[in-house]
Amino acid sequence: MSEAPGTPGVTPPPGDPTESRIGVDSWVAQAEGRRARRRGPARLLARGWEWSPDPVKLLLFVGLASTLPFWLNEGDLFNFGLFTLLYVALALGLNVVVGFAGLLDLGYVAFFGIGAYTYALLSSSHYGIHWPAEATIPISMAVAALAGLILGSASRRLLGDYLAIVTLFFLQAFAAFTNTANPTVHGVGLTGGPNGIANLDPLTFFGYKLNSTKQQYFFLVIVVAVVAAALHFINQSRTGRAFRALREDPLAAEVMSIPVNRLKLLAFVLGAAIAGLCGTIFAASFTAVTAGSFGVPLLILLYAIIILGGLGSIAGVILGGFVINISSQFLAPQNDHPDVKRWLFYGTIVLIVALMKPWYRAVLVLAATIAFGYAVHAIVSATTVATWTTGAPVAAGSRSIRDGIQGWVVMPHATATGPHVNFNTCLYIGLVVAAVTVRSLSGWWRLAALVPTLYLTAMVWENILAQNPSVTALILFGAMLIALMTVRPQGLLGTARVEIV
Amino acid sequence: MAEPQPSPESTQTKPLLELEGVWKSFGGLVVIDNLDLAVNENEIVSVIGPNGAGKTTLFNLITGIYPPDSGAIRLDGESLVGLPPHKIARRGAARTFQTLRLFLNMTVIENVMASQYGQTKVGIARAMLRTPGMRREEREIRARAEEKLAFFGERLMGYRWDQPAYSLSYANRRRLEIARAMATEPRILLLDEPAAGMNPSETHEITELIGKLRDDGGYTILVIEHDMHVVEGISDRVVALDHGVKIAEGTFEAVATNPRVVEAYLGTSAAVTK
Repeated sequence: MSEAPGTPGVTPPPGDPTESRIGVDSWVAQAEGRRARRRGPARLLARGWEWSPDPVKLLLFVGLASTLPFWLNEGDLFNFGLFTLLYVALALGLNVVVGFAGLLDLGYVAFFGIGAYTYALLSSSHYGIHWPAEATIPISMAVAALAGLILGSASRRLLGDYLAIVTLFFLQAFAAFTNTANPTVHGVGLTGGPNGIANLDPLTFFGYKLNSTKQQYFFLVIVVAVVAAALHFINQSRTGRAFRALREDPLAAEVMSIPVNRLKLLAFVLGAAIAGLCGTIFAASFTAVTAGSFGVPLLILLYAIIILGGLGSIAGVILGGFVINISSQFLAPQNDHPDVKRWLFYGTIVLIVALMKPWYRAVLVLAATIAFGYAVHAIVSATTVATWTTGAPVAAGSRSIRDGIQGWVVMPHATATGPHVNFNTCLYIGLVVAAVTVRSLSGWWRLAALVPTLYLTAMVWENILAQNPSVTALILFGAMLIALMTVRPQGLLGTARVEIV
Repeated sequence: MAEPQPSPESTQTKPLLELEGVWKSFGGLVVIDNLDLAVNENEIVSVIGPNGAGKTTLFNLITGIYPPDSGAIRLDGESLVGLPPHKIARRGAARTFQTLRLFLNMTVIENVMASQYGQTKVGIARAMLRTPGMRREEREIRARAEEKLAFFGERLMGYRWDQPAYSLSYANRRRLEIARAMATEPRILLLDEPAAGMNPSETHEITELIGKLRDDGGYTILVIEHDMHVVEGISDRVVALDHGVKIAEGTFEAVATNPRVVEAYLGTSAAVTK
């Protein structure tokens, strides 16, 4: 912050004479701009982003994304690069339905699955069909689009909650079909049941095989760039305007000559086709499809991406995809970067605390939390048996950080028995009680209560959460979205929406 | 659906919009009761009546938001009954809403561009490829939107085009609704209380505007209005409704002094006698 926000008594400098008088129309119109100007350090970045033309933004993405293979190893490129781009492409399709047209579609992942299974059937030894990608990709997209058309027409009279639940049924039906129904066709289970279909061919275009992760990654960079550009053009066309009109007020849109039902179908079909394309690429890169890949967890991830990035914003969805996938990969059970996990966790907390105004309160709280931790640790280790503080953090990590954490957070020895067997349960309950207490207090009392709460959070993290990464990831996303909702409800790059009458 | 029957009067001046024996009830409550109404080309007809008289229901029936229980609604001789609203809009009937229903989070010019959907053709394939034909159509859409907004003079000009509709004042939102309806290239404009919530000078301005819409824009206008100054200033003909029944029709003076109309309004008759 260039200006200290808490400087009472200083009158604001007289305004620029060219600026409008307070309260008149044009002044109101510039309100957004003035608010943006105040943001200080982020200003340059925001200005630069706003002023750069769209092709430059796309080139920026392609340029940055293309550097990844040069500083990531094969495994990391698969987890952090390939999957990020896959989720970005998927989220771009979901963004058409949810962001552009405003239809709450919870069955979206099924189209992804349909694309993946279509590819698996057409390019594997399952039925001995080995078609090249130039044939399977259009077919997968068409099959998924057809499914989108069917679901769309079944639910075109449904809105809001009804649409959400019907589409969710569709997803569950798809999961049940692939997992348990598994009808026998030509002597073989069509979807392979829980085992899925394995040993798929890599994507092969006119005889050229995309074997390595690097090749598949670059193919995905192209796919994301093309899809983003195409959707951007649609968004700027009359169809895009009609989608927005439909999202704003379906009745008014219909009366203004926009065929609302047809556009809803179009949104479903367009989203489903993109999901089908992603399914093909996913199946080919993963070389297997299993029923478990296309479920609610992925749906949650995709919604987190589009909400974090900003509903309706293509650039926002791309950014959201990077943030969400990279953090979820770090928190994945098989991930071997415990330090990064820890940085992510504490970083998020410090960020949330840093949003407090004025800034010195945030510093005060953080300093007090650190001091509080050492004090508690000293008291506990001096007054109780040694097992209370000799536990190792559940997530290992580099030695210096681990030692620092061990000296700060009270961690009972994992195998020890004694009065602290129910320690973990008490921690959870304690954290909930502390959080509720913080909510109900105000002023300095709230700050004071925040200090032990933050310390409890750290204890919960070190003792429990770090060893349950999948739970932690979801909790972390929840916390991220809550923080975002308070600070920037429109998402990172979304446009603020106003609901007034 | 009733067959169109050419009546003797309609052979001389064929009405643009014609309602014959239209009924509409909501669960036993009759809101439109055997209504006949004709609006001629280039005419301004006002519909008046106390609250709940069925005026807005009349607009909803014409624009297809719901179908009549019986009766015929014809625009330029063709039946509108049973058509979905977007098709009726393409046939040439556009409306504004009493409770404003703008696309609030779209820009001013986008509001006016969006409502041209019905007359434009470019699909998503050409939009994705950004073909020359698509870009030409986009330019035409924008030019038409600018032309419609220019109708309102300074009010909706320049910097306002690219600001969101929610940032407009109440009076400007009413103007934008009219511009958005104009952009569907209608033959008849249905204005639902265009002067509601406006101050006296804005009311005066909207009165002039409605006249200008007919004279310069060539629109036929059916307008619901409560403000009797506006009704007096613009109407070629006034139709009074009460409980869905047409209780009077004729010039402003004739309708305003009609005892049944005065009775329907009761306490507000002071406004009528002005």
